[in-house]
Amino acid sequence: MLTLLWTDIAVFALVFGSALAAWKTSKKEHAARPWKKVFESKVGVVSLTVLLVFILIGVLDSTRIQQNKELASGERSDYTETLSLLDIMLTPLRVNTEKTYSEPFAHTLYAKEMTVNESGDTQWIYPRLVYGGAHLFQPVEERGGDILAKVFKGLSYGLLTWLVLMLMLLFITKASCYLKKPSGIRVCSLTLLAIFLILGALSALAPYYHILGTDKVGEDVLYQAVKSIRTGLVIGVLTTIVMLPIAITLGLMAGFFRGWVDDVIQYLYTTLSSIPGVLLIAAAILMAQVYMANNPELFTTIEDRADMRLLLLCMILGVTSWTGLCRLLRAETLKIREMDYVLSARALGVGQVQILKRHVLPNVMHLVVITMVLDFSGLVLAEAVLSYINIGVDPSTYSWGNMINTSRLEMAREPIVWWSLTAAFIFMFTLVLAANLFADVVRDAFDPRFNK
Amino acid sequence: MINYIIRRLLYVLPVLLGVNILTFVLFFVVNTPDDMARMQLGDKHVSQAAVDNWKQQRGYDLPLLWNDGALGFEQASKTIFFKKSMSLFAFDLGISDNGRDIVADISQRMWPSLAIAIPSLIFGVLTNITFALLLIFYRSTFLEFGGLFICIALMSISGLFYIIAGQYFIGKLLALTPISGYAPGLDAFRFIILPVLIGVVGGLGSGVRWYRTLFLEESAKDYVRTAKAKGLSDLQVLFKHVLKNAMIPILTGIVVILPLLFMGSLITESFFGIPGLGSYTIDAISSQDFAIVRSMVFLGSFLYIIGLLLTDISYTLVDPRVRLD
Repeated sequence: MLTLLWTDIAVFALVFGSALAAWKTSKKEHAARPWKKVFESKVGVVSLTVLLVFILIGVLDSTRIQQNKELASGERSDYTETLSLLDIMLTPLRVNTEKTYSEPFAHTLYAKEMTVNESGDTQWIYPRLVYGGAHLFQPVEERGGDILAKVFKGLSYGLLTWLVLMLMLLFITKASCYLKKPSGIRVCSLTLLAIFLILGALSALAPYYHILGTDKVGEDVLYQAVKSIRTGLVIGVLTTIVMLPIAITLGLMAGFFRGWVDDVIQYLYTTLSSIPGVLLIAAAILMAQVYMANNPELFTTIEDRADMRLLLLCMILGVTSWTGLCRLLRAETLKIREMDYVLSARALGVGQVQILKRHVLPNVMHLVVITMVLDFSGLVLAEAVLSYINIGVDPSTYSWGNMINTSRLEMAREPIVWWSLTAAFIFMFTLVLAANLFADVVRDAFDPRFNK
Repeated sequence: MINYIIRRLLYVLPVLLGVNILTFVLFFVVNTPDDMARMQLGDKHVSQAAVDNWKQQRGYDLPLLWNDGALGFEQASKTIFFKKSMSLFAFDLGISDNGRDIVADISQRMWPSLAIAIPSLIFGVLTNITFALLLIFYRSTFLEFGGLFICIALMSISGLFYIIAGQYFIGKLLALTPISGYAPGLDAFRFIILPVLIGVVGGLGSGVRWYRTLFLEESAKDYVRTAKAKGLSDLQVLFKHVLKNAMIPILTGIVVILPLLFMGSLITESFFGIPGLGSYTIDAISSQDFAIVRSMVFLGSFLYIIGLLLTDISYTLVDPRVRLD
């Protein structure tokens, strides 16, 4: 049975919405022109491909299915659990939990333990892991070769899948299309090749090893990092969606109607932007926490609570971050309203709302697009900081911020536990770097100042 | 000029009033003081007497906006809004929920914050400008491309990583500086090196790019072409003309954040255990001390608006073409 949380619904609405917007844009020559520029740039295509893979993972993680819980014996119990498609795909990672910390690719735990061996003697040794490297008889000697073999196998599977996919694409579209416009599609397919190779290697290794180690309760760190992708995306995207309607409506109104409307809106955004962002978010989240603590009956499951908090965080971030775009739009509208075409529309008796919709809005859309892509990476980074101050997502939600937060204590251990932090770092860096590079390309393509 | 400043200062009042109303709604209307008391006292089944006692000790036992029980002016003044929110205008920040004087705390804690923030700002700006000038000097070479990519990569790393990595490598492995902590007086020096260094490195990516665009805009202007046509070398043009003219946006950009330096950096201070205003705020957030959070919101907005005002004034000082009236 399909069960969706509120943020899942938002994710799907967003995916369909942006698909619709893309389809509509592609039909309009002038609107599609800057995008063509983006697709012609190598950096743009590579980063977009990486972003799309992240988004795909996020969407898979948002499709939730409720099913009866599987017991250790393989039977189905009466308890139900909700799993996303991603959870089901990552079943080995999800269920292969160890006792506590273990290093990446380790076959033993990270700390020595007192164990009783077969002959009844107690020993002070590193106990073997239940899953990681459990298929090896002589782990120390065999491990290196085994990992290499598995990587090789994974790489070849990745290559094979990629080849099949590309052949299918060639078959569906026309071969000539691939040859005629080589740059964008070729770069995209090469990026995909790299991604498939990595995914292939990871999926070949994952059932046998904990590639990024395990955390304090023995959960696979790779699994946590992958699950965190959705949180990062939701925060980065949903927030902009919350902010856009406010910023666009108020910004256009302030610039177009002038007078007291302008005064009120300017007062609103000066006041809001004068409050230090983190403090406003903190205040709002604190209040939300008090509200949730006093109304526990509204949130039945932990998941519901965590999801509500994520949604609230997005809304709060949206409400606090619309001021910048609003100011930009106001200034641009002030310029546009004096243009000849607006004047002639007015002379022809077009209504004010129609003028705003048909003549002003399309001409400020480039600002909206630029702000959206520029804000995205900042929001993903902000999540980590907010989670660190405990005003971010719920501690039970998988997120890079929470991973970094827990790894603070792990870094103080002796010997240190470095892999949680590294995993969060790699994943976050990849997503944010792709987003930043993409934002740069989009800005260059859309900003009229760069179009010479 | 004086007229302008007075008018701007008067404009500050409604903005601060707006800030106050917003925080009032957030802290007292969305959740009543009863809710806060229950949250603070920890249990859902606290007796009403304990809640009342908590409220009375902290002065939250008054009506929110209008006191029917009082007479005359006191109907408006003997309320939470007047006592807790309006008093902020007189910088009477009151007493924190755990009974300490907030003004005294702030005046004591702002010095460590400044000790970190001022050197970070100075060294940060200097490094950023240096690298930005280098990028401009080696325009359209591989050095620039590489530099720009490094900038984007640096921007893509969360600030938390810089701090954790810096503490681990410099503080723990190399043991060059203490990992965290603070000491008053001159002894503070060795404690602030690492936070300042990390602050500078962490801001490098976005900073260099920002200054680079400033310089690029400046060097696209006509006087630069004239200077080059006159036969000045690239270096001379860069330092004598571009840098000098770009100082206007640079200076005004710095002035706007000067007042906010008092607030300190939340993350840096709490990671390094520096007893400044940033960690004060963080502690207040985590212990849910609403009185302190409210005061800091007010103080932050006030300083921000002062920063905007200072920017406008500094424009007139550095650019004689700008007149305020």
